[in-house]
Amino acid sequence: MKVAQINSTYTGIAKVFHWLLALMIVVSFSVGLYMVDQPFSPQRLKLYNWHKWAGVVILVLSALRLLWRFHRPAPALPATMPAWQKGASNMTHIFLYVLFFAVPLTGWAYSSAAGFSIVWFGVLPLPDLVLKNRELAEFLKPFHWITAYTLAALVVVHTAAALKHHFIERDDVLQRMLPAFSGPTTKLH
Amino acid sequence: MKKHFLGLTIPALLAASISVASSAGAQQKLMPAQSEISFTSRQMGVPVSGSFKKFDAQIVFDPKKPELSKVSFTVDLLSTDIGNPETETELKKPGWFNSFKMPTASFTSTSVKALGALSNGKFEFAGKLVIKGISQNIVVPVTLIQAKDNTWVVGSFNLKRLDFKIGDGDWNDVSIVANEVTVNLKLVVTGIAAP
Repeated sequence: MKVAQINSTYTGIAKVFHWLLALMIVVSFSVGLYMVDQPFSPQRLKLYNWHKWAGVVILVLSALRLLWRFHRPAPALPATMPAWQKGASNMTHIFLYVLFFAVPLTGWAYSSAAGFSIVWFGVLPLPDLVLKNRELAEFLKPFHWITAYTLAALVVVHTAAALKHHFIERDDVLQRMLPAFSGPTTKLH
Repeated sequence: MKKHFLGLTIPALLAASISVASSAGAQQKLMPAQSEISFTSRQMGVPVSGSFKKFDAQIVFDPKKPELSKVSFTVDLLSTDIGNPETETELKKPGWFNSFKMPTASFTSTSVKALGALSNGKFEFAGKLVIKGISQNIVVPVTLIQAKDNTWVVGSFNLKRLDFKIGDGDWNDVSIVANEVTVNLKLVVTGIAAP
């Protein structure tokens, strides 16, 4: 723990989690936006199922990622950063993590209420989070898109802040999440 | 719905017993409000269930002389409840049930026989199932469970949706929507004498 806390870069595993989930979240969000406007068709049914399968993958990977983060905490922010920025950064990350769980879980719950159980990759039936209920489905529906749009907004904030660190502050906050970058004290292997 | 079975009201039970008492030997009667006809299909491995809210039947059935039985069922396809308004709208379209044009599915028995000893309460109803004007021969095995004032007829059978052109055209890919559909019957019938 001590070693990790003074480390100035992320572990390779943390980087894999970050970029894999970044990709999956962007793709799932885009597919989600696209599929809801499609006419009722086999193609749309496929997109919905892929979206759900991906959502469950995101949920599982986020749980593993959080466990990994407890095991190997994120490197400290630069000492030069003002306290309010550090606070804002911490809050953003907390909200991001909350949404990594909230977005898939609200989608899963809505799917259950609408009477469509999730069968992961068409093979593994997952339990329903709530019972099939028309009114409950209508009630839950907005929560999925509200949390998803909130996550999208935070991703924009997160990306903008990382770019600001790189191009304006010119510190290594962005670089230390890049695959090739290994900070001065990488001794975690 | 299941709760209807458990929620038989006292007046309903009284009415049922009176009709049995006053018309012994008369035609048997389906109690649609207590009965359930449901179905399950699979979409990309996901079981999707629904039920029909409106159906009725003419039943002449004596478990001691099953061969003399005559059963005809009608189901209102517009009453399909799948728990999801979008899917219900889709189901009414010509590619699926075409239920605005052909709202009624029907079953007419052609032969009824007991399976094993009569006391088992197991019977087989063979007959013609007509959906979207397409007739197919099916066999429906059922089990009779004698309750106090009525009889539960429980059974299920599989059909192939494409045999009836259900989900024709774009939807005929059975890897997306399985061809096999299971239909489950839980019928409450009055006037059946214990075998």
